[in-house]
Amino acid sequence: MSAALMRAGTRRPKLELGRRLLGFYSGLVIIYTMVPIVVMIVFSFNIAPNGRVALKWLGFTLNAYRNAFGIQDLTGALVNSLVVGVGSAAISIILGTPLALALTRYKFRAKTATDIVIFADIAAPAVVVGASLLSLFLELNIPRGLITILISHVAFNVAFAVVVIRARMIGLDRSLDRAAADLGATPWVAFWTVTMPLILPGIVGAGLLGFAMSIDDLIITNFVAGQTLTFPLWVYGAAKIGTPPQVFVLSTFIFAAGGALAVINSLINRRAERRNNG
Amino acid sequence: MRRLSRQFAPYLLSLPSWAYLAVFFVIPLGSMLGLALATGDPLSGYVISDNFSEFSLGFSEYHAEFVRSFLYGSISTVVTLVIAYPVAYWIAFHGGRNKSTYLFLLVLPFFVTFVIRVLAWEFILSDQGFVLGPLKSLGLIPQSTHILSTQWAVIGGLVYNSLAYYVMPLYVALEKIDRRVVRAAGDLFATPAVTFFRVIVPLSAPGIFAGFLLVFVTNVGDFVNADILGGTGTYMIGNVIQDSFFVNQDYPLAACLSSMLMFLLMLAIFLYARVFGTDTIQDYAT
Repeated sequence: MSAALMRAGTRRPKLELGRRLLGFYSGLVIIYTMVPIVVMIVFSFNIAPNGRVALKWLGFTLNAYRNAFGIQDLTGALVNSLVVGVGSAAISIILGTPLALALTRYKFRAKTATDIVIFADIAAPAVVVGASLLSLFLELNIPRGLITILISHVAFNVAFAVVVIRARMIGLDRSLDRAAADLGATPWVAFWTVTMPLILPGIVGAGLLGFAMSIDDLIITNFVAGQTLTFPLWVYGAAKIGTPPQVFVLSTFIFAAGGALAVINSLINRRAERRNNG
Repeated sequence: MRRLSRQFAPYLLSLPSWAYLAVFFVIPLGSMLGLALATGDPLSGYVISDNFSEFSLGFSEYHAEFVRSFLYGSISTVVTLVIAYPVAYWIAFHGGRNKSTYLFLLVLPFFVTFVIRVLAWEFILSDQGFVLGPLKSLGLIPQSTHILSTQWAVIGGLVYNSLAYYVMPLYVALEKIDRRVVRAAGDLFATPAVTFFRVIVPLSAPGIFAGFLLVFVTNVGDFVNADILGGTGTYMIGNVIQDSFFVNQDYPLAACLSSMLMFLLMLAIFLYARVFGTDTIQDYAT
């Protein structure tokens, strides 16, 4: 028996224990990340005196669910958020896909500069992005509202769309679209019939991420919203005077819908991968 | 003709996003600088001047908030790294078939909007909430105990919100490590500790730095955690910028402070790009 094997033999129980502990620790961290979510869902069923969420458990009720859309402003803010989320995700995909294509398929002069701008856009702190966009809108006298929110959300979603779609494109087999070209397809036709179906999971992923980033954002939106309210802005404003239970209810809806969508997307991807491999 | 179109193709393809990012990302940074140097008030309008005194004023008046922001930012980033690394390591090396499920569970909280995650912590940690309340009535902790409004509540909130942002780049970096290198270290009689610190940690360095940058920059500029979980003693520079814009309507001061924050963070990013290149962040950003 070689020395290495012997060592492995004597060390295994200790390593096994370490591995178990590590697994246990990771489980604890995952539970820790869930704590606020569980609290939110549980307290959406709590009795809410004066229409505000109570800090203690007072008893089970479905009242808030029956009046989930009872606060008109809040529902309106949620609709604004959904509109901006879908809109900014769609626009950033349309803008980002060609750039991702250029960055993966071509060597060109402005590539490094583009990389730096994309990188800066992702790394820039939200306060600075928000304050600078507000400065622009103030100087150009552009009234703040839904349009400026949409513009700002596209400004940060574009970079994420490029990165996600690009990651998908890098893994692609170039011989496929070369074959299409050899068979007489124009670049335009080759893109839509060969490349596009292959990068679609990346595009869907970029869209989902963009939507999530948009509905998550408070800081940038807070700067450029003017009098218009999105869901996070409404919640932030209400936080000072007490949170109505409807906030938790609507957020539970978003959580359930978002989680379900992500699960469906990953199941479809997994099935597609299995089909490709088998 | 074909060659010509090939030469122009990348520029045509990148034109839409370039134009967009130029108008709504790069130029606004310039207008922010312009506004910082402006004099005037919201009613009568602003005149761009060379009011550089705003910068020295901004720094002398608010250096405490700057220092605090960078302090909270660094502490929360280091704590997040320490918490996240073992998790990323375990998922990458021992996650088996369920890797993507574990990662999914870690990002699941993101389907609840940021401000509500922070609010939920305010709820959990509040003085008479369901955690501290019963402990106090049982006499296990003194009545005066409070967690909210302390710097630890703010740092805790920052850590919680950056956890998934840090696990992801770490996971990507660890996942890329060739397992044969790790086995080779063992065959060459490295103890598990030596293998970990001399082989695995250095090989995962790009993930450590990419995550550090993303989390640090985000946390330095945050004001929501400080606003909801903190008190008057935990004001960060983001809170001051926010208040200057919307409470005091001192636009030049607000623009000046965010320009200063931008310069300081750009310096950090520049150093990062110098050392590690810009490609790594692209790989690890998502």
